[in-house]
Amino acid sequence: MQPGLYHILFISAALFFIGVFGFFTRRNLITILMSVELVLNSVNLNFIAFNKYVWPHKMDGLFFSIFVIAIAAAEAAVAIAIIINLYRSHQSIDVENAEEMKF
Amino acid sequence: MSGSTIIFYMLAALTLVSGILAVTTRQIFRAAIFLLFSLIGIAGLYFWMQYDFVAAVQIVVYVGGITVLIIFSIFLTQQAGELLPKQKIGRLLYSALAAFCGFALTMVQLCQHTFKTTTEQPILPTVSNIGDRMLSVEENGFALPFEVVSILLLAAMIGCIVIALRSKPTTA
Repeated sequence: MQPGLYHILFISAALFFIGVFGFFTRRNLITILMSVELVLNSVNLNFIAFNKYVWPHKMDGLFFSIFVIAIAAAEAAVAIAIIINLYRSHQSIDVENAEEMKF
Repeated sequence: MSGSTIIFYMLAALTLVSGILAVTTRQIFRAAIFLLFSLIGIAGLYFWMQYDFVAAVQIVVYVGGITVLIIFSIFLTQQAGELLPKQKIGRLLYSALAAFCGFALTMVQLCQHTFKTTTEQPILPTVSNIGDRMLSVEENGFALPFEVVSILLLAAMIGCIVIALRSKPTTA
């Protein structure tokens, strides 16, 4: 059987929840950022799959995924700047040690 | 089973297995490398769906950009050879349970739903079509989001520089 929309949606759902699992279990800011990247990628895969199999006469899904990639790049850059600044002031990038803003 | 199907399952296995290893391994550098392979697998899936432009963007931005950024930040912030601390077994168990329940719920919803497909003439995702659509100001054009994203990237660039600047030592 030729793989189709449902196969790709299965992969994307699995990848999304792998990312969610990593987000729940990791305690290091860089690994949390990696999990978020996995989640964003699964969303992109969904957009492209729907664009190809459900609305091939429009290109909205394709443009959404391109803009999501651009915004994810900006997000990763800002997050890493914050992480490096946090490391300078705390000598650690563990979420348990960054709790000044907790009330 | 045709060659295309075999390639699809290989790409799917590459993506999912390296994704799982990226969130479970205790060596942070290996996690970054497994993330790299997972992103390459996704780019391969885009190629498999014949969305060449998005696959190229994925490779340039994610594989070439974000992963290198993550690896550099690992070099700047981690001690070499240090393992990530072990997690409590309860937390692992409950997280796996939550993720699995969410996955099962999604799959149940997905299996009960049938997607209507159209019979209209498809637009091929060639680079010239994408370029026309991205810079068109007419209906279905994406010129405004394109400009907004370029402003956002500029703002993010300035923001990164400001955040990561070393503050001057205060002279007492």
